Amino acid sequence: MPNMSPVKTPMPEQEPNVRNKNFEEVALGYTDEMAAEEAKRCLNCKNKPCVSGCPVGVRIPEFIQRVAEGDMEGAYQIIKTTNSLPAVCGRVCPQESQCEQKCVRGIKGEPVGIGRLERYVADWHMKHGAPEEFDVKPNGHKVAVIGAGPAGLTCAGDLAAMGYSVTVYEALHTAGGVLMYGIPQFRLPKEIVQKEIDALKEKGVKIKTDMVMGKVLSVDELFEMGFEAVFIGTGAGLPNFMNIPGEGLIGTYSANEFLTRVNLMKAYLDEYDTPIIRPKNVAVVGGGNVAMDAARTAKRLGAENVYIIYRRAEEQMPARKEEIHHAKEEGIIFKLLCNPIAIHGDDDGRVKAIECVEMELGEPDASGRRRPIAKEGSNFEIPVDSVVMAIGNSPNPLIRSTTEGLEANSHGCIVVDDTTMATTREGVYAAGDAVSGAATVILAMGGGKEAARSIDKYIQSKHSK
Amino acid sequence: MFKIVEKRILNDSMTLMAVEAPYIAKKAKAGQFIILRVNEFGERIPLTVADYDREKGTVTIIYQKVGKTTLMLDQLNEGDAILDFIGPLGKATELEGYKNVAVVGGGAGCAIAYPQAKALHGMGAKVDMIAGFRSKDIIILEEEMKAVSDRLIITTDDGSNGNKGFVTDALRKCIEEGAKYDLVIAIGPLVMMRAICNLTKEYNIKTLISMNPIMIDGTGMCGGCRLTVGGKTKFACVDGPDFDGHEVDFDEAIKRSKTYFDLEKEATREYNCRLMEGAKNA
Ligand SMILES: Cc1cc2nc3c(=O)[nH]c(=O)nc-3n(C[C@H](O)[C@H](O)[C@H](O)COP(=O)(O)OP(=O)(O)OC[C@H]3O[C@@H](n4cnc5c(N)ncnc54)[C@H](O)[C@@H]3O)c2cc1C
Ligand SMILES: Cc1cc2nc3c(=O)[nH]c(=O)nc-3n(C[C@H](O)[C@H](O)[C@H](O)COP(=O)(O)OP(=O)(O)OC[C@H]3O[C@@H](n4cnc5c(N)ncnc54)[C@H](O)[C@@H]3O)c2cc1C
Ligand code: SF4
Ligand code: SF4
Ligand code: FES
Repeated sequence: MPNMSPVKTPMPEQEPNVRNKNFEEVALGYTDEMAAEEAKRCLNCKNKPCVSGCPVGVRIPEFIQRVAEGDMEGAYQIIKTTNSLPAVCGRVCPQESQCEQKCVRGIKGEPVGIGRLERYVADWHMKHGAPEEFDVKPNGHKVAVIGAGPAGLTCAGDLAAMGYSVTVYEALHTAGGVLMYGIPQFRLPKEIVQKEIDALKEKGVKIKTDMVMGKVLSVDELFEMGFEAVFIGTGAGLPNFMNIPGEGLIGTYSANEFLTRVNLMKAYLDEYDTPIIRPKNVAVVGGGNVAMDAARTAKRLGAENVYIIYRRAEEQMPARKEEIHHAKEEGIIFKLLCNPIAIHGDDDGRVKAIECVEMELGEPDASGRRRPIAKEGSNFEIPVDSVVMAIGNSPNPLIRSTTEGLEANSHGCIVVDDTTMATTREGVYAAGDAVSGAATVILAMGGGKEAARSIDKYIQSKHSK
Repeated sequence: MFKIVEKRILNDSMTLMAVEAPYIAKKAKAGQFIILRVNEFGERIPLTVADYDREKGTVTIIYQKVGKTTLMLDQLNEGDAILDFIGPLGKATELEGYKNVAVVGGGAGCAIAYPQAKALHGMGAKVDMIAGFRSKDIIILEEEMKAVSDRLIITTDDGSNGNKGFVTDALRKCIEEGAKYDLVIAIGPLVMMRAICNLTKEYNIKTLISMNPIMIDGTGMCGGCRLTVGGKTKFACVDGPDFDGHEVDFDEAIKRSKTYFDLEKEATREYNCRLMEGAKNA
């Protein structure tokens, strides 16, 4: 008998007023019993609508049936056929607009907790699963991957599984991309990401950190070194600013800098040297996941008042619903329909206030969302000692500007063929945020997978001629 | 890990290191920099590529011991290794086409100015080098600077080398005596660079300066190194570190450079205490 409860089996979480003072994971994960109970909510639909909502087509009802049967390893192997980072996706995918949005149980209640189950299975495997046997015959071909984010790591893993000798070049001192430097520990523990990276290394993937490609080696040089194809997964790491007065004041951060200091450089731990301003009152500008992460991080660093300043209404916020909910629970103050117009500082050049105007929603714009318009004379100031700009990132131009024949569009995104991920340069493929602009982990992974298939085809066809 | 193959003490506060980094050595150009991290818990700090040897695959850095990270780096010796060493970063200085250049260095800035003078000299330009130090006993790279300049003027704040004055005085004198510079390069503390820029504005001489804001990644990702140049936001790590000195908003840069002043002072004090404890117990 399926479990006909209209709501998801709740996931245990740290209490909001406890967790907003520590960096431990917020959601604690299902127990075996909870997972079994939630798995029984799945109706094992013939036409599998949920699968069509997942960008990588995880075989959802099949894996959930295994969970219901208690065969966790079997469930894991099913997920693994299409998703190489389930412990990550189960935690950070915007399920409400993907797999779970399509779930039939969502019509008359809450959808099946697909993400939660995926996370449960992946965590179970990390704890109890047997180490993967890895025995693939090398095929003698070399491929280079630039950027060790989810796109690059997925592409590398898939190619290694086909027998390619893969080298990943990463600019930072740590592999993982945004999973390491952007998304905070309390949402995605770094140990989990590290385990995925270690597993790749065990597959024989070589990861060379500290390599800023385009500077230290060019794409052309990679070909000269004997790589037969190059994959570009350099993400969208270039932070945007608003270009309003005061963005040069002390205490104004891009979300990237703020989060990098805390996540990658571990400013929240005493044993690390990384300095960071621990503000009392902070304004975070933006309404996406990045803004939620920055706000919740500021709270954990000890801030008393953390404001999210967003120019549209809550329904238009691009952040995951769960993150908005968690942020509110933790005491983040939402200033909606507000737009900053200046940051004011004291004589030493330190932030002392942010000046905003109220907004109202007008006619829909090109994106279909109603355009916010400033209300004349509605200016007001919020006293803050720090401002974090989380208004989006663009692709970094380093590779583009040093590689001849690589086309990009007016936003700086690398142009690719939608189905093969081939760029305008022969033998060079690209995917992830570098192609799409800031998007999601699962889309980056999906693109990396597609590119791996195309690279294999390309190299095989070159040699069969 | 990147092995230190040479360590040379230049004066009480400055040290030179040659580090094995073959990929970087192959590509580095005057004006570029590296970022290093001494150990897992350390900060990432930028240092200029002072020299390189493409054959041996080594990159030379010269650092001034000003805080915890540089003090920690200084604890390492030949044969030891640095955990991360990343580069070459930033744009190379554009030196093409100049015939008559004054290269002005202030203190540790001389280490950064030297490779530029060397490159210009190698390209056949006439180079006057003006180097300023607080006093005689901390003068560095005298021989090296002499070798790459047509004229080397060293000033000291206290006059202990017999030539008292600031680099601005020396530069003004050269200009008034008729030197027709088509470029001035000024590298040193922000206040010194600002003073040079104010001077060269009077004479309408193009002036390049090398900015040294606080950095993390050095790839354009964090935006922490941003400056206002000609009214626009620029990232020093990818758009610089060299900028037209007449366009830079010095007031903002000077304020921003003090962002972590208190935290750094405290970290340095603690670290110095630990070093002393260690020395006592040894
Ligand atoms: C704070 C934050 C929170 C987010 N939250 C979510 C979420 O909850 N759910 C979700 O699905 N998505 C989320 N995202 C978006 C998601 O993280 C990205 O879409 C995804 O990481 C893109 O993957 P990628 O592999 O294309 O690029 P990235 O993850 O950006 O990785 C690119 C890598 O390439 C490296 N690189 C760049 N240039 C070079 C170079 N020249 N040479 C060598 N290496 C280079 C970078 O250092 C980086 O490691 C979030 C993003 C941020 C910033
Ligand atoms: C492009 C560039 C090239 C440089 N080249 C040289 C060089 O060749 N030789 C040299 O001695 N110094 C150079 N510097 C300065 C050098 O990076 C700092 O002296 C060093 O970071 C100090 O670190 P610390 O922990 O020892 O001192 P701290 O106590 O942390 O700081 C002392 C001073 O260094 C500045 N500083 C601290 N952290 C950073 C950082 N991450 N990035 C930049 N500045 C910082 C502080 O604002 C402060 O003024 C350069 C800086 C830049 C940006
Ligand atoms: S990968 Fe993401 S979208 Fe796909 S099933 Fe898992 S949680 Fe849903
Ligand atoms: S749509 Fe929902 S109920 Fe149906 S198979 Fe998918 S997860 Fe199960
Ligand atoms: S150092 Fe991070 S953008 Fe320049």
